[in-house]
Amino acid sequence: MIDLDKSYDVIVVGGGHNGLICATYLAKSGRKVLVVEANQSLGGASATSEFSDQFSVSSCAHWLFQLNPDVASDMGLNKQGLEFAARDLNTIALAEDGNHLIIDGDKLEGAGISDEDRAAFIAFNKQILKFSKLLSGAFNRRAPKLVEGNLTDRITLAKLGLGMKMLGKTDMSDLMRLALINIYDVMEENFDNDLLKAAISLDSLLGSHMGPRSPNTVYGYLYRRMGDIYGFNGPAVVKGGMGAVGEAMAKAARATGVDIEVGTAVSKINIDVDRATGVTLADGRVVDAGLVVSNADPKTTFNKLVGLTNIETGIARRVKSVRMKGDAAKLHIALDSLPNFTGLSEQQMGQRLLIAPTMNYIEKAFNHSKYGEYSTAPAMDISIPTIHDASLAPAGKHVMSVIVQFAPYELKGGWNDENEEAFKRLVIDRIADYAPDLKNKIIASELLTPADLEERFHMQGGHWHHGEISLDQILTMRPFPGASQYGTSVDGLFLCGAGTHPGGGVMGLAGHNAAKEIIKRGKSA
Amino acid sequence: MIPHDETMMLKTPFYSRCLAACEINMWEDWKGYTTPQAYTSVEQEYFAVRSNTGVFDISPMIKYRFTGPDAGAYLNRLVTRDIRKIGVGRVAYTIWCDDNGQVMDDGTIFHLAENDYRLCAYARCLDWLMWSAEGFDVTIVDETADVAALAVQGPTSCAIFKNMGFEGIENLKPFGLTRFPFEGSEVMISRTGFTGDLGYEIWVDPALAETFWDRLFEAGKHREIRPIGGYALDMLRTEAGFIQAGVDFIPAEESIRTGRSRSPFELGLGWLVSFDKPVFNGRKALLKEKKEGSHYAFVYLDVEGNKPAEHAFIYDGNKEVGTVTTAAWCPTAKTNVAFAQVNAKYGKPGQELVAEIYYERELKWTRVMAKCTVIEGVVFNPPRKRQTPAPDF
Repeated sequence: MIDLDKSYDVIVVGGGHNGLICATYLAKSGRKVLVVEANQSLGGASATSEFSDQFSVSSCAHWLFQLNPDVASDMGLNKQGLEFAARDLNTIALAEDGNHLIIDGDKLEGAGISDEDRAAFIAFNKQILKFSKLLSGAFNRRAPKLVEGNLTDRITLAKLGLGMKMLGKTDMSDLMRLALINIYDVMEENFDNDLLKAAISLDSLLGSHMGPRSPNTVYGYLYRRMGDIYGFNGPAVVKGGMGAVGEAMAKAARATGVDIEVGTAVSKINIDVDRATGVTLADGRVVDAGLVVSNADPKTTFNKLVGLTNIETGIARRVKSVRMKGDAAKLHIALDSLPNFTGLSEQQMGQRLLIAPTMNYIEKAFNHSKYGEYSTAPAMDISIPTIHDASLAPAGKHVMSVIVQFAPYELKGGWNDENEEAFKRLVIDRIADYAPDLKNKIIASELLTPADLEERFHMQGGHWHHGEISLDQILTMRPFPGASQYGTSVDGLFLCGAGTHPGGGVMGLAGHNAAKEIIKRGKSA
Repeated sequence: MIPHDETMMLKTPFYSRCLAACEINMWEDWKGYTTPQAYTSVEQEYFAVRSNTGVFDISPMIKYRFTGPDAGAYLNRLVTRDIRKIGVGRVAYTIWCDDNGQVMDDGTIFHLAENDYRLCAYARCLDWLMWSAEGFDVTIVDETADVAALAVQGPTSCAIFKNMGFEGIENLKPFGLTRFPFEGSEVMISRTGFTGDLGYEIWVDPALAETFWDRLFEAGKHREIRPIGGYALDMLRTEAGFIQAGVDFIPAEESIRTGRSRSPFELGLGWLVSFDKPVFNGRKALLKEKKEGSHYAFVYLDVEGNKPAEHAFIYDGNKEVGTVTTAAWCPTAKTNVAFAQVNAKYGKPGQELVAEIYYERELKWTRVMAKCTVIEGVVFNPPRKRQTPAPDF
């Protein structure tokens, strides 16, 4: 709760995971910190919600696979009650005939996979992880500016450059070549098996507005595989749903003295010409602080909270140009009992299931969204968390959580009850191609379009990375030049959300890095 | 295909009259419009403004109109001056900067009515204006082609307008604007100009442009009114100490090389920057520059001799410290004036520098190392420019 007698050093706008992480580090440094969250629950897109009577689900992110271990340990998340119901899950690329491909770390099974593909996959993983490892050196620190010659930045750049040299000639030239092409071409170079190529492609673009043939997808894949560097050998299911991550972080934050106010929206970041002075809450209360740190995405921060009229045109132009239109919907289904997926055991149904038979299937699904339509044959990432965690549903019953790619934020004519229902039915039909008895088991369902995700999680465009992860929006260009390194053109206003370097995905580094930067700047922040 | 007797150039609403008056067929491209560089003789046109009245067709000037409840707040964020201080019926000279505090352009803002402004600019900048409009309730229209405009400048200009029946025009203060009925419509007259003399600018519906020209020249025929071209105007503005975008500085959005654009302080225009107002483009960078110092200074030089110091290097002893952007022999002030950009530590009034001038006579080039003195203020600044009521000549 807000303690109006306290004079806060820092107000964090938004109690998403990055906001909580940032707040915790700042409180540990001796600052008096207040976190203000519009929703009742904390953790942002790392959330659990009840979508039907007694049925709960991770309502945005549904796997944990990228949480940075240093952040987790600094926050003491284990001590605060964060538990995995399952971890290091396999990914199973579904085939309608039941001859699925099982991806278990380096190992491939099923789908008539050839020995050549098996060997190529091991070599591919080895190279990709080398690249991700190299990138990880730049992830846990602020993005280096290229021109100002700051020592810290030079060290980061030198590390990256040296790291690239150390890759060796072949890998280095591969990285420089691959980073700029698309995952489709890379898959064609490496593999024969359609399910394998499609599964990797889907991983390279989930949540984004890209198809396998779009540039930036290779970077998207390296980004996704950062989880491997952080000790995840496949996704994990969090006990109690992803909201438990937020709860554990909130506990950690409170334990360090952070005050947290939930259910209170910030309506405005107050600025006294040159400097942020605090916030005005939706109920009219004004809270002052030396620094304001926004966990909101850059567009929400500047469009709504700061106001484009209160910043200079060049920055307003950059804010406007950030690409962050989400293209993934969430479907939640309450099930009377487990459906039968053709060719899957119950244990296998608890793994990560993908519907993406070929790369062209994904590309064609993307075509629709390019022109403002939802895909009639979307690609999907499916989780049935109740197989590992019975607490989310009544005994014997289950929930299914589906990321549905592609459902554009800006649907032609806008999302409405009618087209949402039609899309939902279409998605369920598509899953039923793989689990024929699914429809008989459905008790309730809920579709969250990107527009719904925007509203529920206060992220513009419903984009869970707060901005496309692409080469023009990473490192010092994230969220945009002039607001990299977490500071903004408004003195005393910092950003700490997924829209900043390195990006989103319940990784926690954006919040960590922002706090480190603020601490480093000290009084001059 | 364009027929052989047509050109791609646009014509101003006064084109037919300019064409008839342009005896020596010297035309230039001004932002897509064909306009006379000179009509008869540059010197004669120059002296028309200083002794009688000269008329310059300023229709090609880029004109934007801003209306809506946020028009004032919008402009206040756009430009460096405090627009809140410009009342209805007033005009202000101003500059506007990018986020780096580099000058994009200079021009005049006309406060036409409540929530209604016009901006006259050197360069087209609609994209920048539209980007700047994000978050403001303002409507922006490019009305360059919708308004015909003439500069009517010189000591007899007020008398000529009185002759036209514009009663009370003499009471219009510098940077004021007023309106008179004209041919069933109206003409707007502002006491503004680019010559440093008593003078006005008139703004009228293009449909009435030719009628206005004819009535103006009829009313002025006994006071030696004559049209003037771009060359004469350049001499006039140099003598009056007015800088010109594209000549004395590179508009920030047009500069490609780093370090080639200039801040207001570096153009001697710091007086146009108001830090006592809400955020405006360039504010942060300009505050920093004010604290840390500028790289360049803009100076007026009185150059020895009568050879215009065009494109001259400026030296302090043997050290090159700057270059000339504009230079001209000024006939009325009888001064050889140059505008120069020099390194910031030079340019204190009274300081002596040297201009390296090259000039050519019948294919023979000569170099002069001319002494020059940094001068304060402008060399031509007659009382009639400011007097209200305007004097009758």
